[in-house]
Amino acid sequence: MYAFDVERPTTLAEAAAALGGDNQALGGGQTLIPTLKARLANPDKLVSLADISEMKGIKLEGRLLRIGGSTVHADVASDGTYSALSELASHIGDPAVRSRGTIGGSIANNDPAACYPAAALGSGATIVTNTREIAADDFFQGMFETNLNDGEIVTAVKFPVPEKANYQKFVQPASRFALVGVFVAKFPDGVRVAVTGASNDGVHRWSAAEDALSADFSASAIEALSVPAENLISDLHGSPEYRAHLVKVITGRAVTAAS
Amino acid sequence: MTQVSMTINGASVSGDVEGHTLLVDFLREDQRLTGTHVGCDTSQCGACVVHVNGRPVKSCTMFAVEANEAEVSTIEGQAHADGSLNTIQQAFQDHHGLQCGFCTPGMVMSAAALLKDNPKPTVAEVRSYLEGNICRCTGYHNIVKAIMAASGQDVSAIAAE
Amino acid sequence: MPKDGIGAATVRREDARFLTGTGQYSDDIKTFGQAIAVFARSTVANGIIKSIDTTAASGMPGVLAIFTGDDFTEVGGNPAGWLINSRDGTPMHEPKRPVLAHGKVRHVGDAYAAVIAETAAQARDAVEAIEADIEELPAIVNMKDALAGDNYVHDEISTNQCFDWGWIEDNRDATDAAIKDAHHVTTLELVNNRLVPNAMEPRCSMAEYNQARDEYVLHTTSQNPHLTRLLISAFVLGIPENKLTVIAPDVGGGFGSKIYHYGEEALVLAAAKRLNRPVKWTADRTEAFLTDAHGRDHVTKIELALDKEGNFLAFRTETMANVGAYLSNFSTATPTFLHGTLMAGNYTVPLVYVNVKAVFTNTAPVDAYRGAGRPEATYSLERVIDKAARELGMDPIALRRKNFVKPDQYPFASAAGLEYDSGNYDALMDKMEEIADMTGFAARRKASEAAGKLRGFGVNAYIEACGIAPSNLVGVLGSRVGLYDAATVRVNATGNLSVMVGAHSHGQGHETAFPQVVAEMLGIDASTIDIVHGDTSKIPFGMGTYGSRSLAVCGSAVVRATEKIINKAKKIAGHMLEASDSDIVLKDGVFSVGGTDKSVTFGEVALKAYIPHEYPLEDIEPGLEETAFYDPANFTYPSGAYCCEVELDPDTGKVTVERFAAVDDFGNVINPMIVTGQVHGGLGQGIGQALLEETAYDENGQLLSASYMDYIMPRADDLPFYVVDHSQGNPCTHNPLGVKGCGEAGAIGSPPTVVNAVIDAMQSGGHNITHIDMPVTPHRVWSAMNNA
Repeated sequence: MYAFDVERPTTLAEAAAALGGDNQALGGGQTLIPTLKARLANPDKLVSLADISEMKGIKLEGRLLRIGGSTVHADVASDGTYSALSELASHIGDPAVRSRGTIGGSIANNDPAACYPAAALGSGATIVTNTREIAADDFFQGMFETNLNDGEIVTAVKFPVPEKANYQKFVQPASRFALVGVFVAKFPDGVRVAVTGASNDGVHRWSAAEDALSADFSASAIEALSVPAENLISDLHGSPEYRAHLVKVITGRAVTAAS
Repeated sequence: MTQVSMTINGASVSGDVEGHTLLVDFLREDQRLTGTHVGCDTSQCGACVVHVNGRPVKSCTMFAVEANEAEVSTIEGQAHADGSLNTIQQAFQDHHGLQCGFCTPGMVMSAAALLKDNPKPTVAEVRSYLEGNICRCTGYHNIVKAIMAASGQDVSAIAAE
Repeated sequence: MPKDGIGAATVRREDARFLTGTGQYSDDIKTFGQAIAVFARSTVANGIIKSIDTTAASGMPGVLAIFTGDDFTEVGGNPAGWLINSRDGTPMHEPKRPVLAHGKVRHVGDAYAAVIAETAAQARDAVEAIEADIEELPAIVNMKDALAGDNYVHDEISTNQCFDWGWIEDNRDATDAAIKDAHHVTTLELVNNRLVPNAMEPRCSMAEYNQARDEYVLHTTSQNPHLTRLLISAFVLGIPENKLTVIAPDVGGGFGSKIYHYGEEALVLAAAKRLNRPVKWTADRTEAFLTDAHGRDHVTKIELALDKEGNFLAFRTETMANVGAYLSNFSTATPTFLHGTLMAGNYTVPLVYVNVKAVFTNTAPVDAYRGAGRPEATYSLERVIDKAARELGMDPIALRRKNFVKPDQYPFASAAGLEYDSGNYDALMDKMEEIADMTGFAARRKASEAAGKLRGFGVNAYIEACGIAPSNLVGVLGSRVGLYDAATVRVNATGNLSVMVGAHSHGQGHETAFPQVVAEMLGIDASTIDIVHGDTSKIPFGMGTYGSRSLAVCGSAVVRATEKIINKAKKIAGHMLEASDSDIVLKDGVFSVGGTDKSVTFGEVALKAYIPHEYPLEDIEPGLEETAFYDPANFTYPSGAYCCEVELDPDTGKVTVERFAAVDDFGNVINPMIVTGQVHGGLGQGIGQALLEETAYDENGQLLSASYMDYIMPRADDLPFYVVDHSQGNPCTHNPLGVKGCGEAGAIGSPPTVVNAVIDAMQSGGHNITHIDMPVTPHRVWSAMNNA
């Protein structure tokens, strides 16, 4: 690692003031610290968000489940209010990673194979920052890309709780990220399907499946569909064609599990 | 340099660290608690697992300053006060759940975290919980068996020796 | 009976320190004044070093010294330990492997400079400040291209072929003829995938230099500290052996990768002397991936000729073996004498011919990894036999049994040139069929199919040559070292024992098992016996631990030394009891005169040896310490029958091993708990090779799987419980313990077992697939089943 300081503000205002320039936010650090160890980043200062109490906690606000940005995966996993989300959180990384990794960090990083972006997009969540609220549909903008501004902090994510939902992950067996992960959520006004792990564009919705499942929420409803392999990820663990195939298989499994 | 203070295995310690000093380096280099090991750079192998405020963490993926004022437990603090092995450690010895010993501290710390949350896990739950702890020696058979035994469950049906 | 003697499943005494965090691995050692070494490593696979400018780096904070290849041009290279001659009689090519790359870098990770600084962070900063002008050349990655092209890894030899070896050359024509005329020939082309050993402890070396005495101490992660010392002294740095102590303290796994001497060891020694300070280097995991010697990496075509009854007539094999960019110490022995000589398997086949071309490429060196050559042999044989059974419509177990060497045929001269001393392969297969509940397979398959899955059954028989190795024989075959081992048994005056052994324990439990042998022989409690290993200053000599040799070779030396102790102790006891030593009987730690009640205890004899009052000094020396060197008469030949059941999800291609049964003949067993654990570990690695582990270089020689983010290490939820049996032991006939060695069996026998089961599963689903290469990943399975 290059040398840097770590600051631990206790209020959002202090954190926001400390960010900017070559200062970087530190959530749980489960992605950032390995990146720093590989000397792939060289911040002047890390601003830890872990001690900001207003960024922690899980609260049902009407029909929205509000999860503070600094809430760790383990706490979401044990909450259970939104069971599909808790189930998803209980399989991120490994137990030690879940003790430290945060939802805000995961959402802000938007790793193309991460689980939370699929939940946020699949649930039609709202990303709350220190300056604004952003619909998930607008927030995720491709691999590692979001519409966060420099220094903007994900303070919370607000999830509408669907009637039925499920997340299925076919793991990349080395990293334990998703080779393909699919989050399916059924709301009174329709079904949302979000896919992670598969695309060079990062997390995205599968609209053809959403239409089919909105009409008939069963695995058989998507049988006639096919996923184009175009622009899907090609790596050691799977070709675009294989990923395309998996997207459909895993979506079907998620629907079955949700039903 | 920043001063940090924490409780490690029940004892209060403090020291000066740099911002980028990892908790594992503070434990190994400053505190000379070398039972916590480093086996990878990408937060996967789990040889460095310790408990911070009662939760398992990878001490190679946390800065020492983030553990300021925290309660830290390491492998060195697991045995009984008289030096005898605790239930999990004893089960690892009884069931040959270790060979070279390098991953063992992390395995024991993860097992302790599991059994605290889930005192009677199933075999599948044990295997799943260990996904962040890599062992190259044992093929996991005897690690899983040891953890099942440490939970007080009958392991006589699990094959051999 | 002594407590914890031979056959007891004694729990391991070394566990106490490992379980409490008080083991001492190399990186745990921190010496006053210790500086840190960090290496500058090539980011290209092939390149000309045009210049290395260290000026800026030298001035960075904390920097103490910088070394480049220029600093080592006057010293030797890291040698190959085994000379292989090509079929035409010419010796193999062995280009120099320097401490630091000089002139050219030859693989990603090849070190061309090293910075010594006060801290690791300072050293890393300085490494980044080294200005190296390296002109990248096209990389030589693929073996076929390497042999065909005129771009050479080592320009001075103008070929990428290290050797072209034939075994048994005299059988070549007869084998060709047998295949040409055979009723049936089954042909299979396969890849034995390259593996990264991945001991969980990364390599680490720390050198200390004592200027006043001109002496060095090297603490290093080694499976064989004496061999490391020998290589450094005799070949690389020329430090006299009596000025260099090599200590391998607790070592966190090796699996072959820590047999070899590496340049980092020489570098820290040289740096320690130049700076007159301790210098330590610890690999990070990425360095381990890039620079630890890898394993396997064979591309093979094998043919099996059969008559119409299914009798094997000949095996013919053509293999390209990747040795990487430089010859690691035993890289030339692995694909030849540890592979070709096993190509008769467990079978009475009359003809075997093996051709191996070893190929230099711009990749990390490849050397012995758990099993070393024998897994490659077993995989080729057991896959082609399975394919033959399918082609001939024969039961795969019946076909194997038909061709097994039978119990009355020992000693059996195999067609590949070895003499098997004992075994009973049918009995192993019988036991396997029993413990695997094969009769229940049909019902289990049905249940899998009801859940939309396919289920396959796979079987395998293996033999390996262990207890490496008879020096005279291997000398003839090209080995440049002897492969004996040594032990000293020291009975202290107060009756406890220190046993210094040349074998090194890095997970094998020697500290527990070796005392069991001595306790049994002396009839005393094993807890009074301590094992000392891993320190050249304390141990007479030793060739270390690999090739499942520790007990068979070093254990035999322990037996011989203990016999000498008993002989001398009987003389002392005879004197004390006023009887002839030939009348003295040792039982349960007591020496008595046969037929009388006169006796002295082992402890009393020990005390007498060191306080020799009223002692026949003219006949017997004081003291009770004996050393023995043991050189085996033959290899040992563990064998086994393995089977497994896999379940295959046709929707995703994912294969899971649901059941695994392993029956091994290890001869006699000293500690069954440890033996079982060794099998478990080998199975984990073998199943990992079969299903998960892929070492992928791209066309530019970049290692794509260079971290645990991409290299799939088996985890707890990737593996099943195993059913392991070693009740069918046929003792080795030529070593005193009758032991054969158990460390590698699991890794040798399991890959073909798993792949055979995968083929069976796919076939059961109507897919006419006869082969799939390892690792059998979901993507590969799905692609094979969907012609994608």
